[in-house]
This record gives sequence, structure tokens and C-alpha cells, in this order.
Amino acid sequence: MYADLVPEACLLGGAVACLLGGSFLPRTRQWVARVVAVAALLGSLVSAVVTAVVAGAAGPTTFDGSYALDGGTTAARVLAAAITLVVVALGTAELAGDRRESETYCLLLLAALGVVVLAGASDLLVLVVGFLLASIPVYGLVGLGRTRPGTEAAVRTYLLGALAGILLMLGVTLLTALAGGSTYRELAERLPGAPLAAVGVGVLLVLVGLLFEAGAVPLHPWVPDAVQGTRTAVAAFLTTVPKVGALLALSRLVETVPAAVPVRPVVGGLAAASLVLGTFAAFGQHDLRRLLGWSTVSQVGFLLVPVAAAGRSPLAVGSLVLYLAGYAVTTLALFAVLAALPQQRTLTDVRGSARAHPWLTAVVLLGLLGTAGTPPTAVFLGKLTTFTAAWEAGLAWLVVVAVAATVASLFYLLRWGAAVLPWSAPSGPGAAAEPADPEPADPEPADPGPAGRWAASTAVLCAAGVLVLGVGGDVVLSGTAALVR
Amino acid sequence: MLELVVLGPVVAAALLAVVPVTDRAARWVWLAVTLADLALLAALALAYRTPPAGGLAFERQATWIPSAGVGYHVGVDGLSLPLLLLTGVVFAACAVHALREQRRPRAQAALFLFLQTACLGVFVAQDLVLFFVFFDLTIVGMWFSIAGWGHGDHRRSALQFFLYTFLGSLVLLAGFIGVYVAADPHTFDIPTLVAADPLGDHPVGGAVVLGLVLLGLAIKTPLVPVHTWLPPAHTDAPAIGSAVLAAVMLKLGTYGFVRVAMPVLPDAWRAWAWVVVALGVVSVLYGGLVALAQTDVKRLVAYTSVTHMGYVAVGLGAAGLIDRGDPVLRQVATTGAVTQMVSHGLLAGAMFLLAGALHDRRGSYALADYGGLARPAPRFAALFGVAAFGSLGLPGFSGFVAEFQVLSGSIGTTAWAAAAVPGILLTAVLLVRATGSLLTGPTRGRAVGFTDLRPHEAVPVAGLLALSVLVGVLPGPLLAWVTPATESLVALVGG
Repeated sequence: MYADLVPEACLLGGAVACLLGGSFLPRTRQWVARVVAVAALLGSLVSAVVTAVVAGAAGPTTFDGSYALDGGTTAARVLAAAITLVVVALGTAELAGDRRESETYCLLLLAALGVVVLAGASDLLVLVVGFLLASIPVYGLVGLGRTRPGTEAAVRTYLLGALAGILLMLGVTLLTALAGGSTYRELAERLPGAPLAAVGVGVLLVLVGLLFEAGAVPLHPWVPDAVQGTRTAVAAFLTTVPKVGALLALSRLVETVPAAVPVRPVVGGLAAASLVLGTFAAFGQHDLRRLLGWSTVSQVGFLLVPVAAAGRSPLAVGSLVLYLAGYAVTTLALFAVLAALPQQRTLTDVRGSARAHPWLTAVVLLGLLGTAGTPPTAVFLGKLTTFTAAWEAGLAWLVVVAVAATVASLFYLLRWGAAVLPWSAPSGPGAAAEPADPEPADPEPADPGPAGRWAASTAVLCAAGVLVLGVGGDVVLSGTAALVR
Repeated sequence: MLELVVLGPVVAAALLAVVPVTDRAARWVWLAVTLADLALLAALALAYRTPPAGGLAFERQATWIPSAGVGYHVGVDGLSLPLLLLTGVVFAACAVHALREQRRPRAQAALFLFLQTACLGVFVAQDLVLFFVFFDLTIVGMWFSIAGWGHGDHRRSALQFFLYTFLGSLVLLAGFIGVYVAADPHTFDIPTLVAADPLGDHPVGGAVVLGLVLLGLAIKTPLVPVHTWLPPAHTDAPAIGSAVLAAVMLKLGTYGFVRVAMPVLPDAWRAWAWVVVALGVVSVLYGGLVALAQTDVKRLVAYTSVTHMGYVAVGLGAAGLIDRGDPVLRQVATTGAVTQMVSHGLLAGAMFLLAGALHDRRGSYALADYGGLARPAPRFAALFGVAAFGSLGLPGFSGFVAEFQVLSGSIGTTAWAAAAVPGILLTAVLLVRATGSLLTGPTRGRAVGFTDLRPHEAVPVAGLLALSVLVGVLPGPLLAWVTPATESLVALVGG
């Protein structure tokens, strides 16, 4: 039983070691904490894979049915650890030598642990624990940069998170009371007999609480502020990892709820709201980080599409995991470029940056087209399979909304994409229309510096991952399907 | 063999993008690769033996994403072979035309080689997702071409082009997903879907799915009223970008009709046949009338493209009217439509390369800026005259063979198709008028001191026109490829 949780134990152990060790390490030797964090993440990743391969012996759940050990949990373990590893790599320049370096690693590991618990929870009380463990470190991470916008974003994140937590716990209380138990098995057995309206309210409250973690409408307002205000590595973390846990938890919940509760149309409606609001809000953004922040809000909309189809299509969970992986690697590629070129903050700064940084610009273009879902990138495969799952589940209208949102998203993605091309120089034709720029962004040194090289290499690796996953995504689909409940 | 033909250019493109060769070397490498690819295509055409009805030559199948019903499946038949050859010819012509390109030639060579792979890939794909992957990549490639090498308000045009055609491709994808969901077992494999006829028993579902597919393909073709992206894209694109856009990329839409829409959804196609015919007739007439009012050479040629692609829709729509006329007439109309795709590719490619010469020299496409070009530029005048007369469907050119078959076949099927006949008259009037105002009369305006075409500009145009004449005079070999394929297509739609 305890051996089932080695991946989680690795994360916890790493977090504790970073926290304690960090207190005793001198400022110049904080890199030891980084090594510990990387070792813990690698340990978690490897043990997750090993556990999945030998999972034949273990049951579908453990600890009296309160924690699932299936394809979804395995996917969350692998994704959370792998994404956090990438985040640590792309944040090397930013975090190395920082006063709070080891604390940052500790919080990253704890948040990743929370996300895994969230994804694996098949008991409402475990779900609450996962939610708190996944969200509280995030408040700290957002605020640790100790800048004015960062602090503001931390307060906003905290307030919304606290609200979401209260709603979630209220929903959990209600559902537990109605079912006379808190495991999903008990819920599935006993909720159909409970009053429909009360069950509906309970489910809606839990749903809304989890939407905070996913960064979806209506609990999205923290996302753009936090992404813009905090450090790039942290922004990369909190737009990717929490979504893994929240969406897998949501899909478990949708499958558990009795058929009489119209949860799928509600999730579909929320998906549509995220798609529309995220896309249109991204239109007017000038700051790259804020633009990406709103873009992730619209991406959650796409991620909610297979959640709405959960249980109605054999592709639903596999496509959700595939989209999560594709979305994560694409988003990380873009954040890695931002981390490698920290002086580029707005659309004006990046004009013509292809001349100074051809490789990083290629990554940006691939990342932007990949976010839109141009084949053969990972998100294309994700969109293909999620749309298929939604259509199979009878949600063809949601496919239409998602298609429209994809087209609209091109508008802001291509604004960035066109700006980086080598011929869109500040001095080129059309410069008259631009506000006078006292300090042209280029020429800059082509070399991003020794520390920025980590971020640049990460960016190139992620870009390769975008293509590899786009062509070889079958591994994810069939792997998840083979391990799924 | 097929993989080498399709993927060869993109491998060369990747090498060109990475290895920092000189501009001169890049241009010649580009030309060499396109010529080698054309030679391979010619070898392919010589080795091609008509497969049995519904079969494919050079077929290859492999598993790719079995859990989502997606496979790697390529093959060639009588519908795709002519278009593959056309693609090879047009890209080789563009490579020759760009031998004096001064603006970032290495990047342009890489881009066009990439685009060539994407276009060839669409024509060999036998799986809906594979088809879509290549279909979408052509849009990305063309966006780069317009945004990077265009002129005028090209960034806006490029964005408009991307948004409009990407919308089309996503609507198409939605239609493909509909087909996939309806098929049992779920699959994206085109021959399997053709055999299964997934939506045969669901008239409403079939109509909706075909509606999505039709809209997606009509945007690409383009048919009125979803043609509005075409004129600005053409006007602001570079000469070779325009040539590829008109000659190859517009064919992707109509090729989608014959490859996907008609065989996979035959019942729905019959239900929609009148709409397709009507859209075709409207495109022919509206395109012609609007072209009449144009004062800009490129916009004029762009609108004649709408007219010419309208004939394709008329012919293919007539193939679905099974309660009228006999199958032979419908087969003639379909063969004419496929021939028209090839013919328009050759002639429109030539026209846009010629129009590019105007802008390269004088920075203007306005008809009013030029007059009496025949005196300073006899080569330009001769080629432009030939191309214009070819486009208006004079006997001896490929356009005549194509339009004659389309009209005789479809008018035999329904008299309503005769409404498209005035389109020929309109095209004739406007092309003769434009040719007259550009070439004849006293030399004036920007035509004074106009340098005649240099060999690298004249050779590709002459080559395209020579092929058009070849098809016009000796249509036999082309029809020998196309006819068996259209026979089985018409039989599928409802013999």
C-alpha cells in the first residue's frame, strides 16, 4: 500500500530536504538545493513509470478506495514531475543566487505534489487536501519575487484561492452528507438516490473550486496578473502544472456524478466561456507575459472540452492527457524563450528579433503556431482527438465554438509571430505608425549569456518536443488508454 | 519512391535553413531540387499503370496513431497524378523565375521547398488527417511568403489570408471529424471510408457534415461568396507566391471535392449537387463581372481565377445530378473539371509570373499606368498575349479542352448550366480589353523604357504556356489518366 506512493514520497522528501537544507546552506552554495530538487523530481518521474509498468499487481485504487492508481494518476505523476524539471531548467538564470532559491524549489515541489494528489484523489477529502497543497505554495511562489506587481498578484491569487477553497469545501461537505461517505465509489452508488437539486449544487461548488486551480472562467482573474507580475519560471509553472491536476480531477468528478445531474453541459458552457473570454481578452494585450496569460485562459477552454466528454467517449481521458502534454510543452517553449531574453517584455521589444536570435525566434514561431494547433504539432493532435471525443459525446456545438475560438486566437498569436520576423524592423516601412521608441531593441548581443543558455537550450528542446509529440502522440494516447480504469 | 518525391523538397529546405550557403548557391540548389523532383515525378508518371477502379498506384500504408484511427496512407490515382505533375512544373517554374531574387533568397528557397512538400503531400494523402496536415501547412507556408516577400499592404493581406483560409481548414477538420464519428469502426482512412459509405443512411447528418466539408473547401477554391480573401492576397503577394497560390493552392480545394467530398459522402453530394452547380454558375458570372471592373492587372487575373474555378464546381456539381442525363455526360463534365484544374494551373501560373514582371520593373499593377508595351517589350507582349488568349479558352489551348467538356457535359445534364456560358464571353471581353490597353497603342506612362523580359523570367512562362498548348493539342495522355478515375468517381456518386 505504502509502496504505491513512492512517486509522491519522492516529491515530499525533496521538498523537506530543500527547506531544511536551504536554511543551512550559505548563499553561494544554494545550487545544492537545486541538485536535490532535480534528484527528487527525477526520482518521482522514474518511480512513476516503474510503478505504472508493474501496476498489474496493485488494484485500481489504494488506501480503501481513496486514491486512484490508474492511467490518469500515472499521467499526472509523469507530467507534473517532467514539467517541473523543465521549469527548474528554464529558470536557472533567474533563480540561481536568488535569496530565496531553496525556498522556491521547496514550494515548487510541494505544489507539484499537491497537483499529483489532486489528480489521483478518488475521495472528496483527499481532493480537499490536494487542492490546499496545490494552491497554498502557489501564493508563496507568486509573491516570492518581492516586486510590486508580484505582491499585488499574490494577494489577488490568495483571495481568489481562498474563495475557491471555501466553495470547494462547502461542496464537499454537502456531497459527503448526501452520500453518507466521501469516496467516489460511495458517491457513484448513493448519490443517484439523493435529492437532485442538492447534488447539483454540491457538484457545482466542487467544480467551481477546481476551476480556480485550472485557471478557468469564472475564477481566472488571477492568471494574467500572476503571469505578468511574477518571475518567468514561476509563471511557466503556474500556467502548466496546476492544470494537470485540476483537469484530471474534474474529469474524475464528471464521470462519478449521477447521470441525472446535467454536469456535462455545464462544463461545456464553462469551456465555451473560457474560450471566448480568454481569446478576446488576449487581443488587446501588449505585454507578452500578459498575452500568454490570457492565452492560457483560452487554452483551459480547450482542455475542458474532453472533460465535458468524460465517460461518453473512449478517447476522452487519452485526449485530455495528450492535450495537457502538448499544451505544456508548447507553453514551456514560449516561456523558455521569454526566460532566455528577459529584456523582451512587450510586442514592441520583439520587433525584428529574428535577426539577433534566429533560433529562439524559430522556437517562438513554432510555439505560436503550435498553440494555434497547426499540424504537425502536439496541440494539433490534441485538438483533433479532443474535438473527436466531444463530437462522439454529442457535444458538436462545443466543437463549433472551439473551432471559432481557434481561428480568433490566430489573430493575437500572429500579431506576435509577425512582429518577430526579420523584416519587421522598427525602422522598416510602417515605423511611422509606431510610437517613437527612444531605445531601439536591437542590435543586441546574439549570445544570451552563460546563464541564459540554460533557458535557450530548454526552449530548443521543448520545440523539438512539440514536434515529436505531434508526430508520435500515439504513445500517450495508447499508453493512457492501456492504463485507464 | 512517393516518399522521396514528397519529402525530398522539405529535407532540402531544412538543409538550406541550417547550412549558411551563399545566396547564389541557395538559388541554384533550389532549382536543382525542383528539377530533380520533377524528373522523379515524370518517372512516376511513366511507371504509372491505371489501377483497377477504386485502387491506387504506388500505394503505401503504415500505422501512425491507431488509437485515434489515423494512419499513414499514400497513393496515386488518375485524379492526383496530373495535379502532382502540375505542382512539380509550377514550383520548378518559380525556382527559375527567382534566379535573380535579391531579397533573402536562401530563406525564400527553403520556404518554397517546404511549400512544395506540403502541396505534393495533399495530393498523395489517402488519410483525412494526413490530408489535413499537409493542407494546413500550405497555409502556413503561404503566410510566410506573403508576409515576408509581399509588397503594398502585405502584412494585413497575409493576416487576412491566414485567418480566412485557416477558418476554412478548421471547418473542413470539423467535417472530417463528423465523418470519423459516423464511420463504424471509426477511421480516417479515405479508401476504407469510401467502401463503408458512413453517412449513407443518415440524410440529415450527411448533409450537415458535407455542408462543413463544402464550406471548408469552397473557401479554399474559392467560390463566391467566400472568395474575398483572394484578390488582396494575390495583389500583395510576390510574383512566385501568387503563381503558386493560383496554380496549385486553389486546386487543393477542388481536389478535396473529388478526393473526399464526392466519394466519401455520395448521397449527401447528390443532395447538395444543385447548390454546388449554383455556386459554380454564380462564381463564373460574378467573377467575370467583377473582373470587368478591375483596374489592376493582378486583381483582374485573380477574379478570372474565380471564374475558372467556378467551371470546376459546375462540372463536379453536375456529376451529382443523377436523375438527369446519362452517366456518360456526367463523366464528361467531371473529366472536364479535372482537366480545368490542370489547365488553370498552367495558365494562371503564367499570368501571375507575367504580372509580377510589371511590379518588379515599375512598382505598379495599374492598367492605366501602362500602354503600348509591345514596342519596348516584345517578348513580354507575345507571352502575355498568348497567356490571355489561352485563358479565355481559345481552341488549341488546354482551357478549351477543359471548358468544352465541362459545359457540354453539364448542359447535357441540366440546361441550367447553360447560365455559365456567358462567363466565356465575359472572360473574352475583359482579357482582350486588358491585353489591348496594356500592349497596343502608343507607348506611354510607365511603359516608356520598360525593359523586356530576361531569360529567367521568359523561360518559365514559355514553359507553362507550351504545356498548356500541349494539353490543348494532344489531350490524349492526360485524359487517359483522368477518364478511368472519373468513371469510377461518377459510378460512386451514383451511376
